[in-house]
Amino acid sequence: MSVAMNTVAVIDYGMGNLRSVCKALEHVAPAARVLLTADPDALVRADRVVFPGQGAIGGCIAELDRLSLRAAVLQVMDTKPFLGICLGLQALFDFSEEGGGTRGLGVLPGRVALFPREQMHDAISGQVLKVPHMGWNQAHQVAGHPLWRGIAQDARFYFVHSYYADAGDRGQVMAVTEYGIRFTSAAGRENIFAVQFHPEKSQQAGLRLLENFMSWDGTT
Amino acid sequence: MGLSKRIIPCLDVDHGRVVKGVRFVDIRDAGDAGEIARRYDEQGADEITFLDITASSDNRQTMVHVVEAMAEQVFIPLTVGGGIRRIEDIRRMLVAGADKVAINTAALANPEFVRDAASHFGAQCIVVAIDAKQVKRDESPRWEVFTHGGRRATGIDAVSWAVKMMEYGAGEILLTSMDRDGTRDGFDLELTRSVCDAVTIPVIASGGVGNLDHLVDGVLLGHADAVLAASIFHFGEYTVGDAKRRMAERGIEVRL
Repeated sequence: MSVAMNTVAVIDYGMGNLRSVCKALEHVAPAARVLLTADPDALVRADRVVFPGQGAIGGCIAELDRLSLRAAVLQVMDTKPFLGICLGLQALFDFSEEGGGTRGLGVLPGRVALFPREQMHDAISGQVLKVPHMGWNQAHQVAGHPLWRGIAQDARFYFVHSYYADAGDRGQVMAVTEYGIRFTSAAGRENIFAVQFHPEKSQQAGLRLLENFMSWDGTT
Repeated sequence: MGLSKRIIPCLDVDHGRVVKGVRFVDIRDAGDAGEIARRYDEQGADEITFLDITASSDNRQTMVHVVEAMAEQVFIPLTVGGGIRRIEDIRRMLVAGADKVAINTAALANPEFVRDAASHFGAQCIVVAIDAKQVKRDESPRWEVFTHGGRRATGIDAVSWAVKMMEYGAGEILLTSMDRDGTRDGFDLELTRSVCDAVTIPVIASGGVGNLDHLVDGVLLGHADAVLAASIFHFGEYTVGDAKRRMAERGIEVRL
């Protein structure tokens, strides 16, 4: 028998470009098994779990419940290396004001809000900052973490979102990004790490973060 | 420190080959779509856009394969346009690995399609492509939306159409000047600025890039959030890296 296979489950709740996430994981960890799944048991059996997401948060939470995934997601977040991406970061907080107010999974304290129109001006040029925040922006790492290994301070990642997270516990902020305001672009605690940007679309820096995740033991 | 301006090489694809013409005629072959996209990724492109220029059903199938192959090895955002008419067309491209689709004719035929598409897949993946031509040349210029590769006028004002599409849920506008496309005379800066200043979603300027200063002008004078170019990159005249260095020299924030 060979060493146990490193299995990563990518939660498939029907939202966003999940193929890209899977392809990027296969690319950085060719020996691993990448499983796109909506089966709660498969999540519980996997060695690590990725929670991707795009679209609206109300739909995301509703789909998790419709597919009876909530309990399994909360369970794996207790123990396994867990990576949230984009909406997969926002959903971890207590509350999002999107869609008239949506309760999140409440795993991290804090809230998610729409970029405030009145503050969306470039500090230097005064030009209006567009929403969605779309494109390559810098993640300023505010805490050391195994997932940042080999990634330059202030490296650029690809973002696309109209709502931003504001972590309630500063100790859980892993990176901040400036866009009109300063928001939480990475957050986490213990075995949980979540990013607002799309590592699967962020070329070298993003692939490095995914590679780090694939070998992470879930400790800091 | 902040969001960088994007440089987006655009591949006009005909049966898997990249082609580029002047005002949609006089087509030159620039090579295999997959190979070219990989080259741009290595050069530091911020995104890549694939446009299906024939929009025939066979070509669309080829496009699905191109996108599938790209999703295996190119880890930057991919946009696909041309012949996107139904929710099912969008789903197919996203499943193949595209991150965004560009909708043009179908939005004009039925603006509600944009609303449906945005509510199905999220505004972040719905780009509305607008082909505009100047129709009034006196002191207050006006641009009209054209379809069918610039051959058919719609009577719709390009700036108000961009605003309407934003209200219908578009996440981004891809704005092409039909007067400039393929001419290498630079962007229509007045058109670009008029649209960029009228909407609060990102705008990609397109049509007319012939040198690196045109890209700089698109951002500084046209207020574009991203600049798209085709032929200056295809035939090896400039690399995406050259373009970024020039923009950085002129004080524009780019991802180097």
